[in-house]
Amino acid sequence: MSKEQRLGEIIAEHHGREGPLMPILHDVQAEFGCVDAESEAIIAKGLNLSRADVHGVVSFYHDFHTAADQRPEVQICRAEACKARGVEALMTDAEAAAGERVKLSTVYCLGLCSVGPNARIGDDLHARLDSTRLTKLIESA
Amino acid sequence: MTLVKISDDALARACGADALAAAFEKKGCEVHRVSSWGMQWLEPLVEIDGKGFGPATADDVDAILDGSSDLAIGAIEDHPFIASQQRLTFARAGKTRPTSLEDYAATGGWSGLKRAREIGAEQIVEEVLHSGLRGRGGAGFPAGIKWRTVAQTPGAQKYIVANADEGDSATFADRMVMEGDPYALIEGMAIAGKAVGASQGYVYLRSEYPDAIAKMNRALELCADIIAPFKCEVRVGAGAYVCGEETSLLNSLEGKRGEVRAKPPLPAIEGLFGRPTVVNNILTLAAVPHILGEGGANDYEALGMGRSKGTMPIQLAGNIKHGGLYETAFGITLGELINDIGGGTASGRPVKAVQVGGPLGAYLHPDQFDIKFDYEEYTASEALIGHGGITVFDDTADMGGMARFAMEFCAAESCGKCTPCRIGSVRGVEIIDRMREGRSRGTLERQPQMHNTPKQDRSAEDEVVLLADLCDVMKSSSLCALGGFTPYPVVSAMRYWPEDFSDDPESVTRALERIGT
Ligand SMILES: Cc1cc2nc3c(=O)[nH]c(=O)nc-3n(C[C@H](O)[C@H](O)[C@H](O)COP(=O)(O)O)c2cc1C
Ligand code: SF4
Ligand code: FES
Repeated sequence: MSKEQRLGEIIAEHHGREGPLMPILHDVQAEFGCVDAESEAIIAKGLNLSRADVHGVVSFYHDFHTAADQRPEVQICRAEACKARGVEALMTDAEAAAGERVKLSTVYCLGLCSVGPNARIGDDLHARLDSTRLTKLIESA
Repeated sequence: MTLVKISDDALARACGADALAAAFEKKGCEVHRVSSWGMQWLEPLVEIDGKGFGPATADDVDAILDGSSDLAIGAIEDHPFIASQQRLTFARAGKTRPTSLEDYAATGGWSGLKRAREIGAEQIVEEVLHSGLRGRGGAGFPAGIKWRTVAQTPGAQKYIVANADEGDSATFADRMVMEGDPYALIEGMAIAGKAVGASQGYVYLRSEYPDAIAKMNRALELCADIIAPFKCEVRVGAGAYVCGEETSLLNSLEGKRGEVRAKPPLPAIEGLFGRPTVVNNILTLAAVPHILGEGGANDYEALGMGRSKGTMPIQLAGNIKHGGLYETAFGITLGELINDIGGGTASGRPVKAVQVGGPLGAYLHPDQFDIKFDYEEYTASEALIGHGGITVFDDTADMGGMARFAMEFCAAESCGKCTPCRIGSVRGVEIIDRMREGRSRGTLERQPQMHNTPKQDRSAEDEVVLLADLCDVMKSSSLCALGGFTPYPVVSAMRYWPEDFSDDPESVTRALERIGT
């Protein structure tokens, strides 16, 4: 199936709902790893919006990206409670372990704030990390 | 066969509960995956015949089963952390299987909705008003008054929106409701729908909570017939903290940028798609089934202090020995929460600072530990309860760094609509960096065209005055609390730990006095 066809399917699936744009963008992001310019244009057409409208939304939210990144991603919480539990001291080792191969990104809070430092890979959450465990997670990501 | 209970809450799972459950099954035990008791330092917690063992790993299974485990904590219900709580919203915590309709009904589930249907819309609003329930999302606005406004506003289509954006660090009570007792939230929403005449509900759930999303979707599927004609669905956020602000949230639901709207119009009058809308926090809505039970409103009103009625699920987090969920009536002191219940810091070092109310909440000093958990008392101390999250820091914390982070967070999450927040937060980071590192004016400022810019380097004291002044501007002229409250953590950190900002702590104190904050 072509990308355009698949986008058409996703749009059709949500078209009848109230406020369909966010669910569509989530599906497109999950399927293609990004919402690129081409997708924006097709979604805009499908919902009778301007591409600027759609791009405005895509660029507002941290979860949507305009270009796909093929690297595995490890999200590390660096909000206050995890800072209080020492996440910042792990970052040098984490960055070294990630190198160019793994994308490290920052999240603010995974809701596990009494057992940090915490990380998320896909839908899996990891708690009580120390340098060794975090490094291992990153290396096997 | 031995019945073993282990939580399937995201936190327990992140600490290894799945592998533990599998190990017990392998030994021939029947494992029930239940909600979490909220004693998070003990997760994964194993419960057999009411007795607890934790934190357990697969290696502990044999010892637990043959009674020789040194992880035993005795009867869970008698544990001081649990026995001293007053659990209303979290009455089922640890006891039921989250998406089991059978367990929910067997523990009094749906009786609030049933009674609500009998007594009718006006009486529901009366009871919620009488209970004194205030919004648990941060602002503490009386839920009954909001509901009454929506009920009295004419409209063919109205909405109930449950705010599950829970972005504050140190908060996880909403997550625990959705993962542990999802029907309580759904029942609360259905009651709200009945009260105001809304037939459609949305749960706006942050994308950082994959487990909660799955559980809520599952629960909504299973109980659709019970809540009908009320309909409800989950909408997933996209990583923007500001979308917890109610008008930003509504824009996001509508498929727009999550920019904050100016109020008025209030969402209660012109909310989602311009229609009358109740926006309430998860804890607010999940408290409702209890209140609508027989005599529930009276019981609720009898708890608490002053105008803060009922119970608050407080979340103990950060560097604390006994972290977790502690639901209790308002009025408890911060010192009791941290020292007596929380057991002090996890590191064993002295407490240096405590942030209450998430990233927009003030840092409190141990000298302030007698402050009582009460909306008005916190406001009077230039602090806020917010969503009830408490982060403890030990004496290794760098409060200048935390103040800088408050500004950095505001800059990262600002919706961009107003200048004090969008630009002020960026300038705030720069000033704190200069205060801490020292800097002379850049070449740009020395250009002849920049004739309004002073040419001499700013003194350390000038920088402090500038920061205090910036905080004053952000506080008084931001459109919403993101820009408006970010000064709280910054100014409180400057006030109580000036030595973390400058080699000349006195100058920090003088500057705060000069600005009058
Ligand atoms: C920046 C910002 C973030 C907020 N985040 C949340 C949130 O995550 N959850 C929440 O319930 N309320 C949040 N609020 C408060 C909401 O605007 C609103 O007051 C609340 O959802 C109303 O529900 P309640 O009356 O039940 O508290 C936030 C407010 C601001 C200004
Ligand atoms: S204070 Fe910040 S988040 Fe709030 S409306 Fe202004 S720019 Fe947006
Ligand atoms: S602050 Fe890191 S999980 Fe909440």
